[in-house]
Amino acid sequence: MFSDIERKIIVGERLSKEDALYLFRSEEIHNIGKLADYVSRKINNDKVYFIINIHINPTNICVNRCKFCAFSRSKGDPDAYEMTIKEIIDRLKEVSQSVGYVKEVHIVSGLHPEWDFRYYLDMLQSIKKEFPHIGIKAFTAVEIDYFSKIANFSIEETLLKLKSAGLDIMPGGGAEIFNPEIRNIICPEKISGKRWLEIIKTAHSLGIKTNATMLYGHLESFEHRVDHLLKLRELQDETGGFLAFIPLSYQPQNTEIKVLYPSGIDDLKTIAISRLFLDNIPHIKAYWIMLGEKLAQLSLLYGADCLEGTVIEEKIAHSAGARSKRGLTLKEIISMIREVGKIPVERDSFYNVVKLW
Amino acid sequence: MVRVSKKEAVEMLKELSIYELAQRADEIRQKLHPQGIVTFVVDRNINYTNICINKCKFCAFWRPKEHPEAYIISKDELAQKIEETLALGGTQILLQGGVHPDLALDFYIDMLKFIKSSFNIHVHGFSPPEISFLAKKEGITVKEVLQRLKCAGLDSIPGGGAEILSDRVRRIQSPNKINSAEWLNVMREAHKLGMRTSATMMFGSIEAEEDIIEHLDAIRELQDETGGFTAFIPWSFQPLNTELKKENPELQPAGSVKYLRVLSLSRIYLDNFKNIQVSWVTQGIKIAQVGLRFGANDFGSTMLEENVVRSAGVSYRVTMNEIIEAIKSVGFKPAQRDTYYNILKFF
Repeated sequence: MFSDIERKIIVGERLSKEDALYLFRSEEIHNIGKLADYVSRKINNDKVYFIINIHINPTNICVNRCKFCAFSRSKGDPDAYEMTIKEIIDRLKEVSQSVGYVKEVHIVSGLHPEWDFRYYLDMLQSIKKEFPHIGIKAFTAVEIDYFSKIANFSIEETLLKLKSAGLDIMPGGGAEIFNPEIRNIICPEKISGKRWLEIIKTAHSLGIKTNATMLYGHLESFEHRVDHLLKLRELQDETGGFLAFIPLSYQPQNTEIKVLYPSGIDDLKTIAISRLFLDNIPHIKAYWIMLGEKLAQLSLLYGADCLEGTVIEEKIAHSAGARSKRGLTLKEIISMIREVGKIPVERDSFYNVVKLW
Repeated sequence: MVRVSKKEAVEMLKELSIYELAQRADEIRQKLHPQGIVTFVVDRNINYTNICINKCKFCAFWRPKEHPEAYIISKDELAQKIEETLALGGTQILLQGGVHPDLALDFYIDMLKFIKSSFNIHVHGFSPPEISFLAKKEGITVKEVLQRLKCAGLDSIPGGGAEILSDRVRRIQSPNKINSAEWLNVMREAHKLGMRTSATMMFGSIEAEEDIIEHLDAIRELQDETGGFTAFIPWSFQPLNTELKKENPELQPAGSVKYLRVLSLSRIYLDNFKNIQVSWVTQGIKIAQVGLRFGANDFGSTMLEENVVRSAGVSYRVTMNEIIEAIKSVGFKPAQRDTYYNILKFF
């Protein structure tokens, strides 16, 4: 069976669902990794992409209280917070000055019960006005759905308004796991997987590129993972709008779903199989915040070709016990990539090369 | 199987892909431990002093004698730490310094006798630099020091202080510490007295691949001679707060890929060692789990207390239960062992 999968990969034939399931159940971690690295090098040569970015989470107040989330708060909670646009701009200024420059800002937030849609448009406009060269990657499909409701616009109208206010691309969050039964347990209030895919499809049709994610290592089975990957692959065939796929390794601390951290082997396998199965998505990103820096580095030889950026001050995963640092320096990222024998490539939001290091 | 030569090993470490290194190491581990058992020991590190004459540049733990944070452990404190260890199911203490300039052999003998008369616990203690220092201080042979410590209750010796057994590297990063031959000699004498020891290696500082192989070869040779090593434990230099980092500001800590390459090569090269240990303290649980597929079969200690690596800014804390679950979740059978790698209990 493995040799058949190997053959398919070499001749460029697509893996079936059964192939992917076989790989998830297989113990052949080193062979899977080798194959995934072969594919990764075929697509991205020896390059590993990263971006100098900052995460901003304007509020942790959220009307959804997903069971896997340790970040969200209700209005009135003592540690609930809200950022004004001025605070966001000041934060960006401060970081741009201390780091030298920032290429992208990643904005995701709780679903605030009172903020007006206008506030988000103003936020984007103000950022673009102050920092025209910073790419804005903002709002998951879950937030888009919420905005369309509070503003009473269609998804298309909502996205168009955000786009003209300065939205460049969208992150891939909120996908979690598409399977309705599992989703109903871990995040019953969140939009369905089907709705997530519809919104992303609309974004792609309007020329907004997005990422895709999958949260794994909680209650889902391997079948659920493969189904999830398949839905992403199908949508990508249709739209070509996904830039990168980011498997998210579950962080159980401070959440309501008490399971173990996924094992290092499971993380590597999931990354490698994603690379092998998602033959139409150009980049697989190692989200070091959840994997830890060390596993993330290793994953660059197991199918990942992209590292989450320098990330100044990550909050969401760290609320759930992420054991990584809150940010990595440029030097650390470059050294991580060079040690695996690959070429560090600083990119912009659209994967244009900013600099070869 | 034909032994891997030094030359081949250097080439493998430099050239062989990570997948091939892993595969070969994984197969050897499977042959040596066909039941998929992964062991761990429940113990506590007790550092009886942090005062040290060696002042190694890679170490962030030592203090000079007059420093406000300098200490020598009191008997009360020692007793309390051992009681806690036993209460948590511990079977051994890892007892190490500092090489304190003023403490003579009597201090050590007294400490060992105190421990052994009060507690039923295995003392895995000191390291070649401490033993060698005592021999010089007392003007007696290493063998005599070992005999007297053994008599007082020392059971086995940890493999610390080996760092890299290449004098070229030692002269730069630990000029005050004993040289390679002295380190090996202490271990040889201990083995001859029937004491078992482990062997360690600290890499990822300023050594070259050749130095790593030099190290592995030296301990393989000694193991051929004595058979006294229980296990090999490679770990990577943690640069924060160290003199070596100040002198080499460009020095970045070795990443997981380097660690796993060295780990798997150790498994391949050390064909006369039964056990290879992962270092979750320096690598984190996820890489330790991965290490079990790169040749390792032992998870080391539960580390109820660890001071040295923590001084260098690395602190992965886990409980025994987390270690058990971490081993299970990658398909191995966790078992508590004693210092001699006898299995005490399956989980």
